Amino acid sequence: MSFVRDTVTVFEREMAPTWRNPFGLLFTMVQPLLFLYLFGPVLSGSTDLGGAPWEWFVPGILIMMCLSGPMMAGYTLLVELIGGSMERMLVTPLSRTAMLVGRTLKEFVVLLAQGGLLIGLAIPLGLDLHLPGVLTGLALLIVFGVGLGALSFVLAIVSAPGGELFYAVTQLTVFPLLLLSGVLLPVDAGPAWLQTAAALNPVTYIVEAERALFTGAFTTPAVLYGTLAATAVAALGLTLGTRAMRRGI
Amino acid sequence: MIHARGLTRRFKVRGGAVDAVRGLDLDVAAGQLVAFLGPNGAGKSTSLRMLTSLLPPTSGTATVAGRDIVKDPAGVRARIGYIGQKNGAGENFRVRDELITQGRCYGLTRAQARTRADEVLTQLDLEPLATRKPGTLSGGQRRRLDIALGLVHRPALLFLDEPSTGLDPQSRANIWEHILRLRAEHGTTLFLTTHYLEEADAMAERVIIIDHGRIIADGTATQLKSDLAGDHLTLTLSTEADLAPAATIAERLNGTVTTPDPATTPDPPTRSHSATSPVLRIRVTRADTALPEYLRALDTAGIKVAAAETTRPTLDDVFLALTGRSLRETGTQVPEPTP
Repeated sequence: MSFVRDTVTVFEREMAPTWRNPFGLLFTMVQPLLFLYLFGPVLSGSTDLGGAPWEWFVPGILIMMCLSGPMMAGYTLLVELIGGSMERMLVTPLSRTAMLVGRTLKEFVVLLAQGGLLIGLAIPLGLDLHLPGVLTGLALLIVFGVGLGALSFVLAIVSAPGGELFYAVTQLTVFPLLLLSGVLLPVDAGPAWLQTAAALNPVTYIVEAERALFTGAFTTPAVLYGTLAATAVAALGLTLGTRAMRRGI
Repeated sequence: MIHARGLTRRFKVRGGAVDAVRGLDLDVAAGQLVAFLGPNGAGKSTSLRMLTSLLPPTSGTATVAGRDIVKDPAGVRARIGYIGQKNGAGENFRVRDELITQGRCYGLTRAQARTRADEVLTQLDLEPLATRKPGTLSGGQRRRLDIALGLVHRPALLFLDEPSTGLDPQSRANIWEHILRLRAEHGTTLFLTTHYLEEADAMAERVIIIDHGRIIADGTATQLKSDLAGDHLTLTLSTEADLAPAATIAERLNGTVTTPDPATTPDPPTRSHSATSPVLRIRVTRADTALPEYLRALDTAGIKVAAAETTRPTLDDVFLALTGRSLRETGTQVPEPTP
């Protein structure tokens, strides 16, 4: 019982700044929104994307948002680790695991709101809404986001108190992961080595699965692979995260 | 309140290990105000972090507020307050929100946490700042907020890691006002680290000096000063020839002559005198009573004294007597706060 209460405490703390300033959510969405409005129309004129350019493009933008948001969630933790606020909370009887779960829940809620908003904004642009598929896609996105968020927290804990490691790793991974997942353009057009790299990138499978779901295709193998990839990321993140939290900071 | 036996902590560093704390034995009774004094890197914070369950000890045991720090860290955490060296409030959060969160962390209900947050805001004169974010507060205000955060759950034992470091004299005095009032009104046991000698001297009833991870002195400031450093008489004589007979008389009156070694006389005025005229420095038990007696004796012997002064020891003299080093070399000297 106290674990649930502790999780709620952490979640409420993390959410308070968002409640007080909901427009902050939009601010962190600027990049995906720019892609949606300034890049999407260019792509939608292209005929290479199976006749459904928005159903191809929007999932990619969602993944892009998912990579930047939760990955940066660790940044807020890092700031608290470098300052004294994390230490202050570690001396309270608050559950260590709840500190991680509460924070992850916040990322979950934020991602859900941002994902919903982005999809809503994409409909007038021409996104054909396959509701069951889109909802499943959002669920998949959140599983992935929770995992990424937890990994980002682990990275922050490992990087404290200096923090250089955190910046180095996020700078060096986020963009390559994004480009090698075919978020913006199909990797099929690239050379063989690039396609191999993409095949090793778990994000690729999640993007593929999202695209299938957004067209309403539930039964393709892509959905299965994507679900496996997202679940693996979530399991890895949560395992490492709770371990890091328990071991102490 | 605190019982520690053989507490040690070893840190692995590149190329070996560092023993930050080596065998700490400590007993603090309820209601005491203890100052943990030592130069930077002496092991003060590491000791504190072990006692507050933040850092597991490499060996040794300790019970804090009746709970074992290794076997029941959660029990320790529920019973103590800790105000760390850094600011405890998160940058993204409003002052009052952080206080409410803190209450919730200690298991208060939402309503209780709100009431309690308002109480500590009043207690530390922070009400006008309730909706501000920590980044907009002054150093003194932030430190008061840290103390407020540490008081939310009314701990009977409060650890403070350098509560007044980096503050201007006025804010330091203000922080101390709050700390001392806390003790007067609630009988809170206070265990704090500081490298401000004047603070430890003026505020704490018990001073524990730590150096290289070991306790090297423990007692009241007065006790430590008279036992380990002692009062000094500094006499300026008119001729060099009088030095030896004056020293003999001093020994006869139970004084210890400390002059010949200028390295151990940290008093700048003494040094400047010695350049021109012969100066005699004598360690005595009580300078105020020894001076007239000694002057009479010198007068009888026909020795002329040009100037005489008495010096009361500081905790720095204690540290110097114990280690041969001055604390001032590491700590920043700041004006004495008014209690």
